[in-house]
Amino acid sequence: MAETIINAINMALTEEMDRDDRVVVFGEDVAETGGVFRATEGLKEQFGGDRVVDTPLSEIAITGGAVGLAVFGLRPVAEIQFSGFLPPAFDQLVTHASRMRWRTRGQWSAPMVVRTPYGAGIRALEHHSESLEGAYAHVPGLRVVIPSTPYDTKGLLKSAIRSPDPVLFMEPKHIYRSIREDVPDEDYEVPIGEAAVRREGEDITVISWGAMMQKTLEAVDRIDADVEVIDLRTISPMDRETVVASVQKTGRCAVVHEAPYSGGWAGEIVGTLNDEALMYLEAPVERVTGYDIPVPLLSMEDYYIPHPPRIAAAIEDVLAY
Amino acid sequence: MAPNTSEAAVDLDAPWISQEDLPVETYQIIDEDGTYDSADVPDLADEEFLDLYRWMLVEKRYAERMIKLQRRGQMGTVGSSRGHEASIVGSGYALQDGDWLLGMGRETSAMLLRDVSLRDIILFWRGVEDAQRFLTEQNCMIGISVGGYLPMTTGIGWGMNLTDSDSVVTAHFGDGATSTGAFHEAVNFAGVLDAPAIFYCQNNQWAISTPFEKQTNANTIAQRGLGYGVHGIRADGNDVLAVYDAMREARKLARAGHPVLFEALTYRTEGHSTSDDPTEYRERDAVEEWLERDPIERYESFLKSKGLWDEVDKDALVAEVDEEFSAAVEAADEYGPRDVDELFEYVYDDLPPILQEQLDEMERELAELDDLEAYIERRPKG
Repeated sequence: MAETIINAINMALTEEMDRDDRVVVFGEDVAETGGVFRATEGLKEQFGGDRVVDTPLSEIAITGGAVGLAVFGLRPVAEIQFSGFLPPAFDQLVTHASRMRWRTRGQWSAPMVVRTPYGAGIRALEHHSESLEGAYAHVPGLRVVIPSTPYDTKGLLKSAIRSPDPVLFMEPKHIYRSIREDVPDEDYEVPIGEAAVRREGEDITVISWGAMMQKTLEAVDRIDADVEVIDLRTISPMDRETVVASVQKTGRCAVVHEAPYSGGWAGEIVGTLNDEALMYLEAPVERVTGYDIPVPLLSMEDYYIPHPPRIAAAIEDVLAY
Repeated sequence: MAPNTSEAAVDLDAPWISQEDLPVETYQIIDEDGTYDSADVPDLADEEFLDLYRWMLVEKRYAERMIKLQRRGQMGTVGSSRGHEASIVGSGYALQDGDWLLGMGRETSAMLLRDVSLRDIILFWRGVEDAQRFLTEQNCMIGISVGGYLPMTTGIGWGMNLTDSDSVVTAHFGDGATSTGAFHEAVNFAGVLDAPAIFYCQNNQWAISTPFEKQTNANTIAQRGLGYGVHGIRADGNDVLAVYDAMREARKLARAGHPVLFEALTYRTEGHSTSDDPTEYRERDAVEEWLERDPIERYESFLKSKGLWDEVDKDALVAEVDEEFSAAVEAADEYGPRDVDELFEYVYDDLPPILQEQLDEMERELAELDDLEAYIERRPKG
């Protein structure tokens, strides 16, 4: 059946709650309304108010509460309504969730998921549009996952819930409902830490993730070249093997992300290629990213987002170098 | 399983305290039926009583017409303030020139009373960056991160103390914000600093779909003031005179070095915003009950018994207020022209070389890439 990313999230949550009664879902507005994006719709009806809980408006309490539940043996799946509201809880992720296993030498751990929609393009207010995956990926001990397709969303979220370590699961809200594909009813996992090669090619490697995958694929369609497209899927820990092998093969690379340029994860990819594939490169790696500015407010938000013409031009530059 | 919280199961000997030891009264001047004791009525001139009424109509028509604009695609997501008129106007009316007001977006007429222009409020909800530049010129700011701006409220009050200012700073926020860590830390610190700060909670009993009872186990917001060693009050947020009178006193307390936690008890009779459908999570009955406590109707009863109603031509007032709103929309429509430069301005005091480079690149790409503009839609009236 053709499902959206939102449907896939709901399927993964439903199946995991059904499979494992330690799974608890909570956050602001998740129970009665099923969340502002309806990702958790129907869960309270199916699994009851003890396991699907509307919380007070406190990102710190939600995230820190998840750490406590996880330490106590439950499997919390917390929702932060918009990733722009996650910063207060950054402390809980950095100070506790990510280092519980390390601090207690494996005695305790924090197997928890924080789900949060990220990214621009939905015409909302300030703090509803950021892409800060690079900041979270910088935290040792935290896994940062960003799906770009409905199939992967279900499989990755199931892996995240089963993960022995904390996972920040960032959802590309701009494409929550805009793409559909078959998502099997049965149980399957998409492993965390494995990138996907969406298209195989010989001339250049283009790497992206999340909401930018659609724009990247559209850009690639415009180009008369044999392009290899990698969907990173897990930002951290990154699948360096797939990235490096691809660039060693093609000798050229462009990275596309929505987050600002400076300190963005594309820089980490360039660094990795510098370490592992420098002598294979036939051109400098191009980065197509957001700008080093706050995401503009809704009236001019579109100017910020890397659109296919920009991506295509960058790919052509690398090919022509 | 829920734990057994029955108090009968425990036998307490030590001097425990609980919130039941402190019943918090709700300050009211005009009761639900419109009756009042003249001795309690604040000492205002007739024009001021009438002015309060006019401002409540401004707030009401503003809310109604903003929603209409949003439905027509001429406005971003916006939240209605219907039902909050007394709470917004009463609090705003008690502030004075030079006072600061940080809000969350549901206190428009309090900002208009601080000389913010309606055009700029409209620009704000249309997502025009410049809007907040104009708001802050009047010492007002809208913070979308719930509760996030409360610690800076304390800091502004602290600054007022350090510079011998005779103003106060007020932060308006909702009941949801009182669950954030930022709220607790801000009010506590204000108490330590004797900051001239008023933390003004419009408790409209809903944070999107979360009712007040699920937001906190505390009976009231006001009682929390005790925990931080600051003054607290709960006023009937649908009684404009009670709100105004208590806010006037709050301002005096704040100026005397006593920060205030002010709870105005009201009700959000409409959705959280135009993106929210409250029929999904609450019964109509409770809403109806609160609609009957409409703050404007209650104040009309007051004006009638006070003998001031004859001076009110409601239709003419509404027409006048509507005309002001239309003029503000027209001014907002005409605002511009806008350019991509403004997206890079004000990120820093100057434009660092890397931002200049990125701006140049954006402009070059917009000029050179044939169909880039096709992906860019300016909305609404942006």
